[in-house]
Amino acid sequence: MLIALLIVLPAAVGLISFAVGRMRFALVALSATAAFHAVTTTLLVASSPRVAPVGMIWTLDAPGRFFLSILSLLFVLVTLYTVSFLSNATREGTPVPRHFVPCLLWFLTAMTVVTTTQHLAILWAAIEATTLTSAPLVYFHKRRGALEATWKYLLICSVGIALALLGTFLLGVAASASPAGGSSLLLSSLEKSAPGMARPWLKAAFVFVLVGYGTKMGLVPMHTWLPDTHSQAPSPVSALLSGAVLNCALLGMLRTFQVCLAAGEAGFARQLLVVLGFGSVAVASALMVGQRDYKRLFAYSSIENMGIITVGIGLGGAATYGSMLHALNHSLCKAGLFFVAGNVLRAYKTSAVHEVRGALGRIPLSAGLLIALCFAIGGTPPFGPFMSEFMIFRSAMQGPGLFFAIPFLGCLAIGLLGMCGVVFSMVHGEPKSDSPPLKEPWPLLAAPALALACVLVLGLYVPPLVAHAIELTARSLGG
Amino acid sequence: MTLTGCADSLLGFILVTDMIIVASSDIATCIRATALQGVALSLLPIVLWGQHGQLIHVATVSVSALVIKALVIPWLLFRFLRSAHVRRESAPHVSRHAAALFATALTAIAFYLARVLVLPMAMPSTLLVPIALTTILHGLFVLISRRLAITQIIGYLTLENGVFIFGQTLVSDMPFAVELGMLLDVLGGVFVMGVAILHISREFDHVDTHQLSSLKD
Repeated sequence: MLIALLIVLPAAVGLISFAVGRMRFALVALSATAAFHAVTTTLLVASSPRVAPVGMIWTLDAPGRFFLSILSLLFVLVTLYTVSFLSNATREGTPVPRHFVPCLLWFLTAMTVVTTTQHLAILWAAIEATTLTSAPLVYFHKRRGALEATWKYLLICSVGIALALLGTFLLGVAASASPAGGSSLLLSSLEKSAPGMARPWLKAAFVFVLVGYGTKMGLVPMHTWLPDTHSQAPSPVSALLSGAVLNCALLGMLRTFQVCLAAGEAGFARQLLVVLGFGSVAVASALMVGQRDYKRLFAYSSIENMGIITVGIGLGGAATYGSMLHALNHSLCKAGLFFVAGNVLRAYKTSAVHEVRGALGRIPLSAGLLIALCFAIGGTPPFGPFMSEFMIFRSAMQGPGLFFAIPFLGCLAIGLLGMCGVVFSMVHGEPKSDSPPLKEPWPLLAAPALALACVLVLGLYVPPLVAHAIELTARSLGG
Repeated sequence: MTLTGCADSLLGFILVTDMIIVASSDIATCIRATALQGVALSLLPIVLWGQHGQLIHVATVSVSALVIKALVIPWLLFRFLRSAHVRRESAPHVSRHAAALFATALTAIAFYLARVLVLPMAMPSTLLVPIALTTILHGLFVLISRRLAITQIIGYLTLENGVFIFGQTLVSDMPFAVELGMLLDVLGGVFVMGVAILHISREFDHVDTHQLSSLKD
């Protein structure tokens, strides 16, 4: 019941605000929906039973609860930022397209469906819908680059996701061989029939799902669209793309991983995850060194962090807990970083690193947040990502051993140094022109500051409620 | 004709439309082939599952597939084609003759794969899996070998059609709402991509994706 409301209401509000078409109305509707989503999610998470009822299409299990909570929290932050961002854009004469806020709301609907459904075909349809509803958002600054990025995003992700659908169907075929049940694509019935599944079909299914949703997660070598799209999209959209959509794709992949676990084929799946994840970490951290566009820098950092999460799930054990914690940390940090990137863009009107100098003098508060968030996502104490990355590293030491753990740590160090190098060159130095400090509206600072505060708390002490939710999630993922 | 015969000839027809899409450089021909493929696809559920006593469920799937894949999407594609001011794929990455050869090779590969991977359940037609794989591979090939944005949409559609054919193995267990959601996703995809093409042709005066390469490190 509450789930239905959570899905239908944002979609309906989106339709209404598209029909009304007035900016002020759209912003009020957006804020109200974000607040409603947060409250309803809290109620739902508090009231849903610990063990999800079997055989239902719409229900929240542990991973669903966890990712829905991240989504809701992030959407509140994004709304806080977006309202101020769009009001500024209107004041500065940039026309805001009529579809912008409605698409944002439909985007929220699609992501909510991803987290609340247990049916893998609906999950697929919702992930494809996230691509379709967010593509118009990317083309906000009517520049050629943004158009190119929109096209690549649409085509590459749609093709990838079509392969994930093939994988989902293969899963159904594998299940039909099992004596325990038909070829229904409900997660619970798939898990029940998993031990009797046809092995070659199950393995093929996981490979296709991993390639398909891996494309949307930005795993190397399917990542080519991600730096373009995340750098060309307006900042609040980049924040949502990095912080929430990547998690949705991750959840899509994890659902099939759960079936592999139940079938006793986890070893096969884990190997693939570790290889693909490590490849992403290595390639992305190398490309972060000397990056010339700061939004691309943060996009590559997203690829790196999705790689870290994937490695963690592949390693299993305590690393599964670590990688779920890291998913939360990464969402918060990356949303914060893209918010700050938006502030820098607002002050300097360019995303080229070499043209941004002396940010500490021009926009001191944003520059301070930028440095702190950069250290946080790079994995330095006392922030949350340090804890989660350390857990994954420790499992790597215990599992595959030094020959894997040391190169892994090396890549993380390269990523941190590369990122700091670029960011320091932006915040220090003399500004090119003698421009006075720029006044920044408080919501543009509050959103990243809140994200940073959450990450700091997570680094010092994980509240028992959060720890419990992550523990349950990790347990259903074989951790 | 027997049921198996019907299914086999439909699937054979789909193979022919695949070949046309891969080998033709006239975009309007490609779109017509897509429409015909849509007609054949939408008949598949009835032929394959009509006897199993779920006639209403199967017929609704068929009708919605017919409307979306054979009517609405081709109509949209023709509209986008008209406003993009192109008619032929003038310089594809792979020449037409080579493309036909590649398509044949891909078909052979698909049939070989289908022999290795045996379906665990009984189906009325043994051609279902090989033709599904062929269509998927041909779609991917079109996506790689063509340069115009509109032919890339056709490639995506062909790929999606292949997955749809494969999905016929599971129709009886799929709720109709899910089926409809998946069809609407494809429609939405074509629509959003088409609108992107309109913007591209207005902004750049061409729809050649090969020239969309300004973003890099």
